[in-house]
This record gives sequence, C-alpha cells and structure tokens, in this order.
Amino acid sequence: MKNLGIRRISFYALLIALAMIFSYVETLIPLPFFVPGMKLGLANIVTMVALYKMGTVDAAVISGARILLSALLFGNAFSLAYSLAGGAVSLFVMILLKKTRKFGITGVSVAGGVCHNIAQIGVAALLLETGELIYYLPVLIVTGAITGCLIGIIGGILLKKLAKAPF
Amino acid sequence: MEKKPTSKNIRRNDIILIVGVLLVGAVLFIVIASAKTDGARVDVLVNGDVAESYPLREDRTVELAYNGHNLLRIEDGTATVTAADCPDKLCVKQRTISKEGETIVCLPHRVVIRISGGEASGMDGVVR
Repeated sequence: MKNLGIRRISFYALLIALAMIFSYVETLIPLPFFVPGMKLGLANIVTMVALYKMGTVDAAVISGARILLSALLFGNAFSLAYSLAGGAVSLFVMILLKKTRKFGITGVSVAGGVCHNIAQIGVAALLLETGELIYYLPVLIVTGAITGCLIGIIGGILLKKLAKAPF
Repeated sequence: MEKKPTSKNIRRNDIILIVGVLLVGAVLFIVIASAKTDGARVDVLVNGDVAESYPLREDRTVELAYNGHNLLRIEDGTATVTAADCPDKLCVKQRTISKEGETIVCLPHRVVIRISGGEASGMDGVVR
C-alpha cells in the first residue's frame, strides 16, 4: 500500500501527458466539415481507460488536469469554458451510465460524446448570447454518437490489451 | 470492482442507446430544417450585439475588424467567411449560410455572422 501513492501519481502523469498529446493531434486532423463544438474526442480514450481501469475519481482528476493544461498551453479563457463544460458534463453522464451496469463501454462512450457536444453548444450559446446556435444541435448529436461509438470500441480493445497492466 | 473490464464491449442496451440518440438527432434535424426560411439580411454580431447589417441579396465583400480580421463575402444570397487571421480558421471552414437563423461563428474574435429575416422575409411565396 505504501508505494500506491507514487504509482498512482506516475500513472496520472503518464495518462495526462497522453491525453494532452491526443488533444493536440486532434487539432491536426482535418474534418470534412466543421460545426462549432464538433471534435473527434481522441482524449476521451484516455478518460475511458482511466474510468474503467482505475476509477471514478482518477478519471475526473486526469480529465480535469488535461483540460486545464491544454487550455493553458493551446487555448484561452473561452476555450477553457467550453472544454470544462463539455468534459464535466460528459464525465458525469458516463459515470452515471457506468454505475447502472446496464451499458457496455461503447454505450457509455456514446452518451459521453453526445453530452459533451450538447454541453459545449449550450455554453457557446450562453457566452455568445446567440440562441440560434441550437440549429447545430442535431448535427452535434449525430456526430457525437458516431465519434463516441468509435472511441468506445477503441477503448474496449485497449482495456482488453491492458487487462494485465499493473494499474 | 473497477478491475474487471466487461467482456462484451457492445451490449444490446448500447445499440438501443445509439439508435435512440440517432433518432433524436434525426427528428430534431427535420423539425429545425422545416422551420427554416430564407433570410433577408446578414447581421454581424460582436459580443451578442448587432454591429453591422447588410442585405443578403446584394453581393459584396466586407472586411470585419473586431478583435482581428475576418473577410465576409455575400454572394448569390449566401454568406461565407473567405479569410480570417484567427489561429484556428474555423470560421472559414464553416459552410455558407443563407437560411434565417443560420450562423457562422468566429470564437477567437467573438464575432457571429447571422442571417436574419429582416423585412418581410424577401420571399413572395412558397410552393411545395
């Protein structure tokens, strides 16, 4: 138990770094069309692995730290507000769905992706005082479901590969 | 408790959830698309207030200088941003807009370009 703290901190550092790289790589991948708030959510792979492999609190710490650090390095106060809202809402919903034990990792990830997009467009509408942004909602729901599905499948494969990993 | 990953990554409930979410998206899309009408004016909003406004039917190119530069082009009843000096260029990537309520957003410059109905919705009638 004694070195559990150190081990845990090391894994936090590793996973946060990995999530930040994903956040960055994501900005390099061109999407065929753009809707505000839409993204692949590659960093969510890390959150999923942390959620399933480590636990609720660990996933929250890693996701929160990644969002804060990414915003400090690459973003601004506005992007921080969007990311935090999206990250917090999607993590909350994913934790809830996982606790029901009725859904697999793919379903949890889909719900997370969709809620992330809804939260982001909501915050954008509030900050910009532009209610019309709600027109993007259907597209964001569908793209959130698709990317969430992909991330969930990848996360599931990773968890299988990591079944024997020591964290 | 957290140690054991579920052996099945996609369960029946997951499929139901995905189909349900896609259905909600499709229904919302139909509802919103059917409520859309052709716009008449292009409004430029800065921090939520209308700063500039142009008729959608007159072709022109406008240089917007709010927290940076965006080039707004109005052509053939549609509006689009053709160039910008913001870091992400997402406003340039967004598609052209022409229907009432559609927007192009440039977050870094806090500029929103919005189509509004304006005067008597530039339309004589709709035949379907």
